[in-house]
Amino acid sequence: MRVDVVMPQMGESIAEGTITRWMKQIGDSVSRDEPLFEISTDKVDAEIPSPAAGKLVEIKNQAGETVPVNQVVAILDTDASAAVAAAPAATQPAPEPPKAAAPPAPAPAAAPAPAPKAPEAEAPRGEGGFISPVVRKIADEHGIDPSRVTGTGAGGRVTKKDILDFVAQGGAKAAPAPAPQAPSRPAAAAAPSPAAPSPVTFAAGARVERQAMSPMRKKIAEHMIESRRTSAHVSSVYEVDMTRVVKMREAFKSVYMERHGTKLTITPFFVKAACDALRAWPVINASVDGNDIVYKKDLNIGVAVALDWGLIVPVVKNADELSIAGLTRKINDLAERARAKKLVPDEVAGGTFTITNPGIFGNLFGLPIINQPQVAIMGCGGIEKRPVVVDDAIAIRSMMYLSMSYDHRIVDGAVADQFLAMVKKGLQEFDESLL
Amino acid sequence: VSDLRCAFLGRVPYAEGLGIQERLVAAVRRGDAPDTLLLLTHPDVITLGRTADPEHVLVSDAERERAGVPVFDAGRGGDVTYHGPGQLVGYPILALRDGRRDAHRYLRNLEEGLIATVGAYGVSAARVDGLTGVWTGGAKIAAIGVRIGTGWITSHGFALNCGSDLSGFSMIVPCGIGDRSVTSLSACTGREIAPDEVAPVAASAVAAALGRRPVWEPAAA
Repeated sequence: MRVDVVMPQMGESIAEGTITRWMKQIGDSVSRDEPLFEISTDKVDAEIPSPAAGKLVEIKNQAGETVPVNQVVAILDTDASAAVAAAPAATQPAPEPPKAAAPPAPAPAAAPAPAPKAPEAEAPRGEGGFISPVVRKIADEHGIDPSRVTGTGAGGRVTKKDILDFVAQGGAKAAPAPAPQAPSRPAAAAAPSPAAPSPVTFAAGARVERQAMSPMRKKIAEHMIESRRTSAHVSSVYEVDMTRVVKMREAFKSVYMERHGTKLTITPFFVKAACDALRAWPVINASVDGNDIVYKKDLNIGVAVALDWGLIVPVVKNADELSIAGLTRKINDLAERARAKKLVPDEVAGGTFTITNPGIFGNLFGLPIINQPQVAIMGCGGIEKRPVVVDDAIAIRSMMYLSMSYDHRIVDGAVADQFLAMVKKGLQEFDESLL
Repeated sequence: VSDLRCAFLGRVPYAEGLGIQERLVAAVRRGDAPDTLLLLTHPDVITLGRTADPEHVLVSDAERERAGVPVFDAGRGGDVTYHGPGQLVGYPILALRDGRRDAHRYLRNLEEGLIATVGAYGVSAARVDGLTGVWTGGAKIAAIGVRIGTGWITSHGFALNCGSDLSGFSMIVPCGIGDRSVTSLSACTGREIAPDEVAPVAASAVAAALGRRPVWEPAAA
């Protein structure tokens, strides 16, 4: 049987790898998990083990070639493997004695004659050509059928740039009509987009100005309606005494600027408190998939950033693994680059929970719409000094309303409330040693 | 949280370091050794990553020989680098598991650990987009180049400039980046900081960034 050897995906954001050397040549036998070739991506050199035992019958890409993830780079014939199959780890390559200034002999350029070209059609490549996982992921996120995107890559392959351009041009979730636009079709016949069920009509001469939505506005509109349609939204609101956090932030602001070169804001406190509570109540960090609840092990916290032209939610990946200083730097960096339009798609994808702060203009609290496919979004209202009762006396404290909208399909009110109570406690009793 | 054994080995010739790594990688892969962060220093040496441009070694072979500075092929990612006595070198030999099987994530974790390490000395450092490593004030304070072997076992790792003598870097174009300079903890703080002093700090910070609990073993390996 012939087995394809593909360029492995070494990381979520890695789309290609450069083959640096083949450790086996055509005709060589290889056992399963024996190193077959080496690749290089950025600052990482990786040794790629053979997916099966067999004989290397074809090498499609020589050392020096850069190949997209999942492309077939070689072919093994497993029928020829009987002899080697039983020799697993025993064939560890002998440790090369380190030798001064002696580069490993590069594969002789004229070495093994290329095997007869196998018919191209043999590898199943899916409809419409090869789609890399990165492209597939972006397509899925934007609800795009990749076959609708014109590929500019090798052999008409859809590249990451192609799909991002397609998204930027507003291609996401556009009319699904796959047929080439028939120019004769009257424009009025186009089906109304789901976000605008009933056309709004105005008499000629009405005092209105009509403006097309920007692609970003359109996407926000679609997401909002889609979320309302998907989740059973319920909201809870808590009141939190932020006096301690406000004081800590004041006390550490200049220290952070000096020591970490970054501005300490309130947001990292929210992220930290939310992470601790999410670990205790994992259903808040979940998604609904059909009849299943999918619990996510990573805490990837989206932090909404208001922009002049809309709103974007960059994601702090594995936020629970960062220190407060690390969180501060990460959040500030993401927010700055969001405003400079310098975020890469990976940085706005993969969120598992979202925090938004509707309080900046002085409102008390907001009841936000869930960022799909998440199941909860927390809103931090404005912080202001209010008279409150403390130990039967009236005191002036910095108070904030903390709200959360959650998906009642899988999150019960009692769970949501206990989660918020834990966030509240985390903020009111914030551990200063974490700073 | 699983343990990460951490040990400072003192000064180890580069070739010997390669051998230690090789044996430990095989042992970790077999499950015969715990995941380990090796910390050490190297005598003067120039190493070439897999994608190194020989043009980035600026001294002639004769000059090098005279100075007693060998050149090695390192089998790690990245370009040319220099190691010397004032530098803390870290080789995490560990198995990346589950969600951590992501080469970029691993690099970012190492950077995070090193940023925290220099932060402990009051040095504010950061990443620079597209330039793996740790930077402060436009100069590189730590370099990173790793290898991921069969079974997602890591080797090679990072080099953090501690001591003030950076003259060794003049023999190369560090990591092939010509328009950026190098700096060190000592240069940033104005006091001499030696690698062995930094080792336990780096062990804790790097382990934390990798989601591990550091277990300090002063006389291991």
